[in-house]
Amino acid sequence: MSAAGAPQASHPDWRESVALALVRASAARPGPLLPALHALQGHFGYVPAQAVQLLATELNLSRAEVHGVITFYDFFRTTPPGQRIVRICQAEACQAMGSAALSAHAKSRLGIDFHQTTANGAVTLEPVYCLGNCACAPAMLIDERLYGRLDAARFDALVSAEVGP
Amino acid sequence: MITVYVPRDSAARSVGADEVALAITQEAARRNLPVQLVRNGSWGLFWLEPLVEVVTPGGRRAYGPVTVADLPSLFDGHFLQGAAHPLAQGYTQEISYLKNQERLTFARVGLIDPLSLADYRAHEGLVGLQRALEMTPSAIVDAVTTAGLRGRGGAAFPTGIKWRTVLNTQAAQKYVVCNADEGDSGTFSDRMLMEDDPYTLIEGMVIAGLAVGATQGYIYLRFEYPDAWQVLNEAISTAYAAGVLGASVLGSGRRFDLEVRLGAGAYICGEETSLLESLEGRRGQIRFKPPLPAIAGLFGQPTAINNVISLATVPVILARGADFYRDFGVGRSRGTLPIQLAGNVARGGLVEKAFGLRLDELLYEYGGGSASGRALRTVQAGGPLGAYLPAAQFDTVLDYEAFAARGAMLGHGGLVAFDDTVNMASMARYAFEFCALESCGKCTPCRIGSTRGVEVIDRLLAARHKARELELLNDLCETLQHGSLCALGGLTPLPVQSAIAHFPEDFGLSPSDSLIRRA
Ligand SMILES: Cc1cc2nc3c(=O)[nH]c(=O)nc-3n(C[C@H](O)[C@H](O)[C@H](O)COP(=O)(O)O)c2cc1C
Ligand code: SF4
Ligand code: FES
Repeated sequence: MSAAGAPQASHPDWRESVALALVRASAARPGPLLPALHALQGHFGYVPAQAVQLLATELNLSRAEVHGVITFYDFFRTTPPGQRIVRICQAEACQAMGSAALSAHAKSRLGIDFHQTTANGAVTLEPVYCLGNCACAPAMLIDERLYGRLDAARFDALVSAEVGP
Repeated sequence: MITVYVPRDSAARSVGADEVALAITQEAARRNLPVQLVRNGSWGLFWLEPLVEVVTPGGRRAYGPVTVADLPSLFDGHFLQGAAHPLAQGYTQEISYLKNQERLTFARVGLIDPLSLADYRAHEGLVGLQRALEMTPSAIVDAVTTAGLRGRGGAAFPTGIKWRTVLNTQAAQKYVVCNADEGDSGTFSDRMLMEDDPYTLIEGMVIAGLAVGATQGYIYLRFEYPDAWQVLNEAISTAYAAGVLGASVLGSGRRFDLEVRLGAGAYICGEETSLLESLEGRRGQIRFKPPLPAIAGLFGQPTAINNVISLATVPVILARGADFYRDFGVGRSRGTLPIQLAGNVARGGLVEKAFGLRLDELLYEYGGGSASGRALRTVQAGGPLGAYLPAAQFDTVLDYEAFAARGAMLGHGGLVAFDDTVNMASMARYAFEFCALESCGKCTPCRIGSTRGVEVIDRLLAARHKARELELLNDLCETLQHGSLCALGGLTPLPVQSAIAHFPEDFGLSPSDSLIRRA
């Protein structure tokens, strides 16, 4: 549980040496850009702006190419997320089981819209399109953990542990 | 020692399987009962998850859906001896949902510990690969062709024909790529197979490599499947250690290497050429065809790109023979299809059956009707680009051609059920929204037209005189259908126009409106 108010420093600060090691670990593989971006975001929580030049240099790409790839894919972020990322499924099977109401509840409970982070830095809310849990709809991910058969009460129970009562 | 199974499948975990597994271990220790816990895959009876099984002399007995709160009464009631209980489902194999299935691709799913290679071998694992190692590449391709296997990723293209092209194209390096992007709503068979029986996919990919002459494989996995990522990586490292992968597959002296790559949240990367762009490290934009990926695919080399289920079906074809597989099914749809029942159904889950079942048999006999208890109004088949079928068409047979004859699409075999509270205008609007959101941006009709579509639907709903807006909508759909490079733009009219055709009242239209058209 996190104190309301102060943003939390939940992700490590930029360190060039760390980033370089992460990128170089991917550089030898064919098609290294996506693995490198995953490694960077896995460590820093997002792809810091400083990484663009570094990726371009190390992988022999233009900055525009690197930037183009980062912006094409919804998963890659250029700003730090909250401590937890809650992704609520918006696709059809979840719609059939009330995901619209669940999403509305989540937004009002957290006081944010999709793509936003709570003021205390605890939770970032994102839409997602199918989690392969369509037989236990509606579904969401909290970071890498899948949840199903959600309703407002279950959402509150799961998320209040993250944002406080 | 009593063996208890609790699934590790992420859908089972999503409704409490980990908590139940932990509590069983603790309660057994407290009561001094010797329990060995195995985390198996899910049988795909998702309304019963978490489904706990106890091994008894007569077989595995099932209890579900189990919560932590149920455990005292289960222990008190001697469920470890397979005793009766309100949650008891009898012998797992006798549960009618499962008993009446024909599980070929999913033969081991639920049965075994997904990561135990010993379990895998004990249940016919690697038999197909062993056979393949004794065959010529051409004979392997022939077997897959004779079996009648058609791609399960959506387009239903014959796998053997694709492989023949790759085999016949000379190159120093060829690739096998597994499309594990499974972006369609209502589908989860790829996820289950990867989490619950990963060696089957690995075996299928090695056989594909032998068949087409490829030594390197990639699995392109969506990021939305973190459990599958863990399981696949662990299974691959075990397979390397056991010599199933690497420089000498099962001691044959033939090489096959395999690596999983993560996608990054782009639906369009499920389309094969966009997927290859993404694997190469670029934006996932569609490539012009030709050349086919089979001739110039990954890094410009011949590439067999197939869906998870297509590849995972190859081992059973090799192990049991092409005729065995081909003898299931109807018409030109041979073998079995792992159907996914999802959305508003009472008993959602995985049903692997020979092609030829009727939609209503699935929805009512397997699915048990709606989850809400209200009437089922429509089913969307084949993902977000698939048609909405009204109840009057629930007699459609599950067969690629039968669906096509009704202007619908069977696709990856996902069925999403909706009850009578669904508003079809909002589903049609969503289809355009999704297209706008996921468009790769290469063609104007898709990039711009999808956003126009949302606006036209809004105007159609608001308008008193609807003819003009409906005509605009039809024109727009036609432009999308004919002016799009791939099926994202090309098929978005299908859900939209089927919704209007079958449910005109939701758009304020009368059924007799002459402008209502089928996609
Ligand atoms: C927009 C779009 C999305 C697709 N998504 C997937 C997908 O998620 N998984 C998949 O296997 N095929 C998908 N396909 C189909 C692939 O392009 C391709 O046909 C398939 O990977 C071939 O494998 P198969 O022959 O084994 O089915 C998609 C196609 C389109 C047009
Ligand atoms: S139809 Fe859409 S997704 Fe497909 S190539 Fe054109 S712009 Fe890209
Ligand atoms: S549609 Fe929500 S999990 Fe598949």
